[in-house]
Amino acid sequence: MISSQADATTADRSIPAAPRLRAPRRALWRYVFTTDHKIVALQYLFGTLAFLFFGACLAMLMRWQLGWPMQRVPGLGRVLPALSSQGGIITPELYSSVFSLHGTIMVYFVVIPLAVNALGGYLVPLMVGARNMTFPLLNALSFWAYAVGGTILLGSMFTEGGAAAAGWTAYAPLAALGTSGQDWWIIALLLAGASGIMSTLCYVTTIVNGRAAGMTLGRLPMTAWAMLATSGLTLLAVPALTVALLLLLFDRNFGTSFFMPSNMIVSGERLANPGGGQPLLWQHLFWFYAHPAVYIMIMPGMGMVSDMLPAFARKPLFGYKSTALATCSIAFLGFLVWGHHMFQSGMNPYLGTTFMISTMAIAAPSALEVFNWLATLWRGSLRLVTPMLFILGFLSLFVIGGLSGVFMASTPVDIYVHDTYFVVAHLHYIVFGGSMFAMFAAIYFWFPKMFGVLLGETLGRWHFGLTYVLFNLTFFPMHMLGVGGMQRRIYDPTIFPHLAAMQPVNVWISVSAYALFVAQLVFAYNFVRGLWRAHQGTGPRAGDNPWEANTLEWQTTSPPPEGNFVERPIVVRGPHEYGSPECDAKGVEHLPQNVA
Amino acid sequence: MNSLLTKFTLGFSATAVSFPWLPEQSSTYAPGIDGLFYLILGISLFFIVLVHVLIVVFVWRYRQRQGRRAFYTSGNRRLEALWFSIPAVILVVLVILSQSTWSRIKTAAVWPAEALTVEVLAEQYAWNFRYAGPDGKFGALDPALMDPYNPWGRVEDDPDGADDVMTINTMAIPVNEPVRVLLRSKDVIHSFFLPDFRYKHDAVPGMTMEFHLEATRPGDFPLACAEFCGLGHYRMKGTLHVMPRAEFDAWLTEQAEEGQP
Ligand code: HEM
Ligand SMILES: [Cu+2]
Ligand SMILES: [Cu+2]
Repeated sequence: MISSQADATTADRSIPAAPRLRAPRRALWRYVFTTDHKIVALQYLFGTLAFLFFGACLAMLMRWQLGWPMQRVPGLGRVLPALSSQGGIITPELYSSVFSLHGTIMVYFVVIPLAVNALGGYLVPLMVGARNMTFPLLNALSFWAYAVGGTILLGSMFTEGGAAAAGWTAYAPLAALGTSGQDWWIIALLLAGASGIMSTLCYVTTIVNGRAAGMTLGRLPMTAWAMLATSGLTLLAVPALTVALLLLLFDRNFGTSFFMPSNMIVSGERLANPGGGQPLLWQHLFWFYAHPAVYIMIMPGMGMVSDMLPAFARKPLFGYKSTALATCSIAFLGFLVWGHHMFQSGMNPYLGTTFMISTMAIAAPSALEVFNWLATLWRGSLRLVTPMLFILGFLSLFVIGGLSGVFMASTPVDIYVHDTYFVVAHLHYIVFGGSMFAMFAAIYFWFPKMFGVLLGETLGRWHFGLTYVLFNLTFFPMHMLGVGGMQRRIYDPTIFPHLAAMQPVNVWISVSAYALFVAQLVFAYNFVRGLWRAHQGTGPRAGDNPWEANTLEWQTTSPPPEGNFVERPIVVRGPHEYGSPECDAKGVEHLPQNVA
Repeated sequence: MNSLLTKFTLGFSATAVSFPWLPEQSSTYAPGIDGLFYLILGISLFFIVLVHVLIVVFVWRYRQRQGRRAFYTSGNRRLEALWFSIPAVILVVLVILSQSTWSRIKTAAVWPAEALTVEVLAEQYAWNFRYAGPDGKFGALDPALMDPYNPWGRVEDDPDGADDVMTINTMAIPVNEPVRVLLRSKDVIHSFFLPDFRYKHDAVPGMTMEFHLEATRPGDFPLACAEFCGLGHYRMKGTLHVMPRAEFDAWLTEQAEEGQP
């Protein structure tokens, strides 16, 4: 257990002297090859939002095929002539690549880097009162690994045979057989993993060693706690993925058989590989990474919600200590539950029991955090602006997603719902409804800090209202499809009579999904308009602290200067002192962490 | 646009009518699994309603207003312990109930010693079935012999195998009798999924999976593949015919005769 009484002055002494405070003058060095964590974070922000748009377009293609199987997609023949030789119809080949790319992009190139690197990377040094990451160059390099990996992934669409087509989970031996797109997929993921390791190493060291004077662990904003836990998960889990990816690369190219048993006969041909491998090994290695990865996706958002919520409720987070403890125990337990993805895989059923127990165990601290957030609302003075609306949406959807997780954690129920649309509904409630709603809240909340301009409030409310309603219209019925027995990753459900009977639901979902997509254009417009205003120097100025929040990033200019603080802050209190007795004594409504 | 709108409206009304739900229970596992499903559904609905009511009530009552200020509190150990423990206790109960159902389905010790055996061999993109035939004995298999004309790799001169019955995408079992299934795959991972039976199990190349099923009503049931196995995954479709014992025997004989040269 780390002592919360960490000696603040020791922590401070280990910080290198302030680096140069003036930004480099040449734009290339200032915005491209920068080592300033804020600019690196913005590079991630723009990169992930671009990928989000692309990933969403892929989802639209999938929904077309599922809503109206084998109907011509208007314009597809022109956009992707190579891929749709069949007159603009989505072929099974294209469909497989599309859902594989969609999942891969959304997980590894959108939600993880958006939560961890864009927002997390922006906030960690600012929140702990550091001038930059402890390893600024490493942090900057992480973005380049991400960018190259992402480019390779996109480029793989244009290789012979198209992009990888074995899903975001790339189960062997299927993934050991496909075309070269799968090799590029492996390389892209190796780079994404390297990017994760490089960046989170910076976060851990910055949080441990880079804290300003007085920033004891007990005064860390919850975002920093969550980033510490997330970074720990990344550092320990990514190596397992790297190993799995390399072994798969060997199986595919160098004649090994780590994941391939003997006597595999594929399309009538006996494979020449020596055999003796075990397909389940891939699943164990993959989920040993990928279950922690699902917490890597959600924990930064949970941390940010825990810091934003008090600012909008004007009272402290209910249960700071138990929330921090829950965060750490979720991170720890997150390593013990990977087998819940393998209940029906042929894994020993007794192991299934163990993983059921650990999975149910992880739901308890998650529930604690939910109730702590609710209790933070209780008797608050709630300011219902856009980021707060997204936080409420996050709460609502995260609860539904967490509860659907309990169905699948119950091994017998999972026999039925595993690999059906029920899983698809669950993961979207958690990753979109949970992580992405938290990220939307965070973007509306910290955009003014990043660019000095507030995002439009009316547009923001429309964005929230439409997204919340349309999200539910799109994803809730997927639970029904799963309960009705519809398998996931199928190209044409109408082949089966019992699924054809549910086709109206698929049509309904597709139409809602299109509306959901269009609603995001409201956000895109708001965001781009905000950037334009920041560039032009017009529009509502944010000021340093538009939300009257207490954490350190609000105690410097918007945007903060190179080096973050003109004078390094000295922290004297916790992050959520709104309306405390001390505030009353001083006659103020709230007290920032560094105000004496 | 007009047709989209029509479809949307149609979709809406059709959804309201053909509201998909659990298929009719057709195996001995279904009641136990559905029972747990409904229990968790009840618990979930309770918490979903509770949380949403709290959100709405709090947002309404405690929205920012002139002259009202937030109540300062940074937590309450006892309350936090309480709402950690309540879910924890519920989860422990769920673990216990789930485990008893799970072990009834998965533990080899509770499987009946005597049961009709069906071998299933999954491949891209078909289901192969093998029955022992009248002699009750399966012919020997040798993976080295597997080829497109001999998908199972049967040893041709094994007398036990002479009357074996093999079918593709058609499986039949007698109703109200335990059936032992041996599941294999010859290429990639597939998953043997019978929605009406609430049962599924992955077929992993290099491994033989054993499980037991017992149908509780006759009928024809869809067999789907639940694990993505390649381009034809979606059309990897079979049918399970469940019939009374006499009918099943007749079916088996008929298949055996058809299979003879
Ligand atoms: C209360 C907490 C949770 C429980 C009990 C839970 C349980 C489960 C279980 C048992 C599965 C496997 C289902 C199956 O394949 O049969 C699963 C899948 C999944 N979960 Fe959760 N989960 C929880 C929270 C989360 C969170 C926080 C995230 C991410 C932010 C998440 C993301 C996912 C994803 C992405 C999958 C699908 C993996 C795939 O593609 O097969 N879950 N969850
Ligand atoms: Cu998991
Ligand atoms: Cu399949």
